[in-house]
Amino acid sequence: MKRSASPSVIARLLRYTKPYRLQLALAILGAICSVAASLLTPFLTGKAIDSIVGPGNVQMSIVLRYITVLIAVTAIGGIFQWILAAATNSLAFSTSKDLRDAVFAHIQKLPLQYLDRQAHGDMISRLASDVDKISDGLLQGFTQLFSGLMTILGTLAFMFTINPIIAAAVVVLTPLSLFVASFIGKRSHAMFQKQSAMRGKISGYVEESVSGARVIQAFGHEAQTQEEFEQLNSELYQCGFRAQFYSALTNPCTRFVNNVVYAAVGTVGAILVLLRGVMSPGTLTTFLLYANQYTKPFNEITGVVTELQTAIAAAKRVFAVLDAEPESDDSALPALQDCDGTVDLEHVRFSYRPDTQLIRDLNLHVPQGNIVAIVGPTGCGKTTLINLLMRFYDVNDGVVRVSDTPIRDVTRKSLRNCYGMVLQDTWLFSGTIRDNIRYGNPDATEDQIRAAAQQAHAHAFIEQFPDGYDTLLTDNGGNLSQGQRQLLCIARIMLTDPPMLILDEATSSIDTRTELKIQQAFHRMMQGRTCFIVAHRLSTIKEADTILVMKDGNVIEQGTHAQLLARGGFYHTLYNSQFADATLLAKNGAAV
Amino acid sequence: MLKLRRYLKNYKFHLTVGPLCKLIEAIFELIVPLVMADIIDNGLNGANASVGYILGRGGIMVALGVAGLGFSLICQYVASRCSQGFGTTLRSDLFRHIHSLSFAELDRIGTPSMITRMTSDIDQLQVAVAMLIRLVIRAPFLVVGSVVMTIAINPKLALVLVAVAPLIALALWAIMSATIPRYGKIQSKLDQVSDVARENLTGIRVVRAFSKQQTETRRFDDATQDLARSSIVVGRISALLNPITFVVINLAIVAILYFGGDLVDTGAMTQGEITAFVNYLMQISLALVVVANLIILYTKSAASAKRIREVFGMQSSIRQPRQDAPPAPAQDAPKLEFEDVSFGYGGKTALRDLTLQVYAGETIGVIGGTGSGKSTLIHLIPRFYDAAQGCVKLDGADVRSYPLRDLRAHVGLVPQQSRLFAGTIRSNLLWGNPDADEATLDWALEVAQAKEFVYAKPEGLDTPVNQGGKNFSGGQRQRLTIARALVGKPDILILDDSMSALDFATDLALRTALARELPDTTKIFVSQRATSLRHADKIVVLDHGDVAGIGTHETLLDTCEIYREIWNSQQSEQEAQA
Repeated sequence: MKRSASPSVIARLLRYTKPYRLQLALAILGAICSVAASLLTPFLTGKAIDSIVGPGNVQMSIVLRYITVLIAVTAIGGIFQWILAAATNSLAFSTSKDLRDAVFAHIQKLPLQYLDRQAHGDMISRLASDVDKISDGLLQGFTQLFSGLMTILGTLAFMFTINPIIAAAVVVLTPLSLFVASFIGKRSHAMFQKQSAMRGKISGYVEESVSGARVIQAFGHEAQTQEEFEQLNSELYQCGFRAQFYSALTNPCTRFVNNVVYAAVGTVGAILVLLRGVMSPGTLTTFLLYANQYTKPFNEITGVVTELQTAIAAAKRVFAVLDAEPESDDSALPALQDCDGTVDLEHVRFSYRPDTQLIRDLNLHVPQGNIVAIVGPTGCGKTTLINLLMRFYDVNDGVVRVSDTPIRDVTRKSLRNCYGMVLQDTWLFSGTIRDNIRYGNPDATEDQIRAAAQQAHAHAFIEQFPDGYDTLLTDNGGNLSQGQRQLLCIARIMLTDPPMLILDEATSSIDTRTELKIQQAFHRMMQGRTCFIVAHRLSTIKEADTILVMKDGNVIEQGTHAQLLARGGFYHTLYNSQFADATLLAKNGAAV
Repeated sequence: MLKLRRYLKNYKFHLTVGPLCKLIEAIFELIVPLVMADIIDNGLNGANASVGYILGRGGIMVALGVAGLGFSLICQYVASRCSQGFGTTLRSDLFRHIHSLSFAELDRIGTPSMITRMTSDIDQLQVAVAMLIRLVIRAPFLVVGSVVMTIAINPKLALVLVAVAPLIALALWAIMSATIPRYGKIQSKLDQVSDVARENLTGIRVVRAFSKQQTETRRFDDATQDLARSSIVVGRISALLNPITFVVINLAIVAILYFGGDLVDTGAMTQGEITAFVNYLMQISLALVVVANLIILYTKSAASAKRIREVFGMQSSIRQPRQDAPPAPAQDAPKLEFEDVSFGYGGKTALRDLTLQVYAGETIGVIGGTGSGKSTLIHLIPRFYDAAQGCVKLDGADVRSYPLRDLRAHVGLVPQQSRLFAGTIRSNLLWGNPDADEATLDWALEVAQAKEFVYAKPEGLDTPVNQGGKNFSGGQRQRLTIARALVGKPDILILDDSMSALDFATDLALRTALARELPDTTKIFVSQRATSLRHADKIVVLDHGDVAGIGTHETLLDTCEIYREIWNSQQSEQEAQA
């Protein structure tokens, strides 16, 4: 990370505060007034004490005058202190809201090429905790820094006007405070980094072993796991102790420096009063209070500096997302109209990474209503093709056409609306069943929703819930079985009535009885539509108009079932391995 | 926190010396204003007034500072040692305890919660112990001490301070009790923001397929708006704290000046003493803020301690047998036997009245829909759970009479979730048997159909495995977990739907290899694919915990309606093949 970039990061963050100029102005006003009030307090106190010299020598009327002013200052100071804190809070939270919204809106525009490479947890932590760090550190820290600096300057000004000599003594001692704080800060920062790295390691280990506790028990691996854990744990002890001890030095050390400053001011001040009589005892009291106030911000500022550093680091991570290149703007393009369901791929080349070419020169003509089955072994890259059809990714070379229009020449939205997609990894959002069904068609009437659910064989199980269509789905439909989730996804497509479909057949792990319904629903949905099916069932494959055989990310064979069998290639082998299941096993005796 | 107190018993020395040192430091700090008052009253006026006197007193103040620093450093050292040591031992013990729990208890708490307890809850307690040593004595002492000192100077004027302390305490309490519960709500609102984000990232293809980016952005905006609004409200309340303290303290100063003026006038007090009063007032206000933080810390740690205690309070429901030696295998007994076995989770029956005999070398298929009790059945064999009724027998003896290690060494289980551990492929395979040689590992990989992809990697068996095996695909992980179970050459091999990510060809090759290479091993396959189980010696059909039928494929087709249904639902494949 470049150091030079930090000022520009701060400037960029400040731009987000623009809409909240009022709060910013209030915060600055609040800071100025409350600092002024807290500086006036010792001054007024000292003045009052000067009028309380000794028995018979107390000018109560003067004391009362100062007291009145003090009360007024207190009231004003109190009000502005609240304004400062409230305005800062509001500024911080509003800005972080805007920042979050901006990042989220940008994520929606980012190409999948970018998003697929990001760990979800990492993106979420940028949205949640990094933005929190920014609002804590940068904004709240900023005001602390501001009022801290104000306090230092103010006290210095007051002290110099009262007595330049003692003020000079204080200024001379200041570097001591700064030196101690920065020394400790540096040392403990390094320790903290080690500690948090170690903590990360240990919580990673804990996560792995606790979530794998069942496997550990199954293999009787408890003792070894414990041993490894204790190793990490004792390393954590070492760094933890150092980090804690070093950081615990800060308070006593700065307190010590403050005490020295206090003693110095007291001694020098008293000597001056005694020898030259330039100062009254009341002024000395004032001075002592200032000396206390003067050193405090230094401690705070060193704290703020570390917070600022954290905030800048967090801001860089957030801006990295915002700076990622979004998908090309397609708002000026026409919409794809009257999609007839024909799809053409011409000389398509594609790869995720430049060094490994995946799809090389794929040509495919799919007339309206045809069924294309995509088959191949596990991990052969069947989703790649879906990515290209839906334009989640752009081809490197060649053209994809839908009803004779290159898909690059129309809006993504209009293209994607022509497809209905049901994947094996079903996705439902937290909301009611009804909201989920009408996701693609928010204006659908109740009757339409019910009809779609009925066609998808989902109506019956939905009605079994006490809340029916109003049942709240949580955690990606955790309260439904996988099969039921898929039925809801089918109902969702039924309602949008697209000319083309992309379907993903289940390999297994589906409730067998629901499975039958899903097949029926798939069939009903496929009628009259162009279909791309990631197929696992031989019946589906045999019925297909075209079979694409994929291996290692590339389409290696293409044709009908009969053509491909006759060719005797990879499909032939694949088909035989499945077909031969029974016979092959019979040869190997009774087992399995 | 009571039960966790024993973790502190080795630190009695630390727990005494630490606070004691802090106390001494605090006393010194309380003396400083007195010395200053002495300078003003005696160094400036009166018989002793001289530069020497002032310098002497100044020297005392510096000396008090140095000594205070020394004592507080001792305390910080002791506190760091003690709290980190406490946390380290607690962490080790909790870790060991978690791994001694049976599945039933692990299920009850849940993995994410268990992880938080192991990590942040213990960290929280560690901080609490350190603060206990560092502040619990110091801060209240400073408050009480300041009040006492002022009483010593002038009991009447001290009433001001006596009134101030509770006032500030009351304000702190009021603000805290208004904000703390709200902070909890804010946390859950932040969680909601994260949830919407997570949902969108996982469902990004669907969102785009439906072109719902704008709707989703609005949904997210609503969540952030909600969060911002609540945060601002809490911010406004907690923003009251500083001004209230400021006002109370300043009003106290006003009172001191007002009443003090009279007292000095009558000769009951000196000017220097007034200065000391103001100083003590400042100290009280600072110390009270610390006390407030301590209270927050205490509430948080009490919650953490409770959560940790809850784990310690759990005892594994799986009891080890008295004797150390496994029972001698009975002649002619079936390898495995279920005698009228029932089991339930939390009052819900998951498996009802299962009776089944499995002989050595037999292959058993278990089929049924989600939640039909398939996993329950197999988890009873290595005693992850104990049968609620009836018993499970291995080689003619109740599984409960085997030491757990011996019992589990008989069983090679491939769990539904294929889970690998950070290390290398080799280190993962060696879990099955730490002494396995290269040839055994090769053999296991070959049978599990994993050899090809493992050796395609430049580092082969020494290819690093990331946490959770995330650098392998689902299918690869499944095959590696199967290989891991094979390395131990178990008598009983259980595959809990462990081939779901494999395509038919690999699935078949794997099953063929298992049949060929492990003829004497008893194999139990849980699957949703009827074709995969078709040739098993016995198929157990489960339906919502009930045994719907046991028999060969042919028998079940004739006698078991549910099996017929399952078969038919998958039959289109058969037709295609025929």
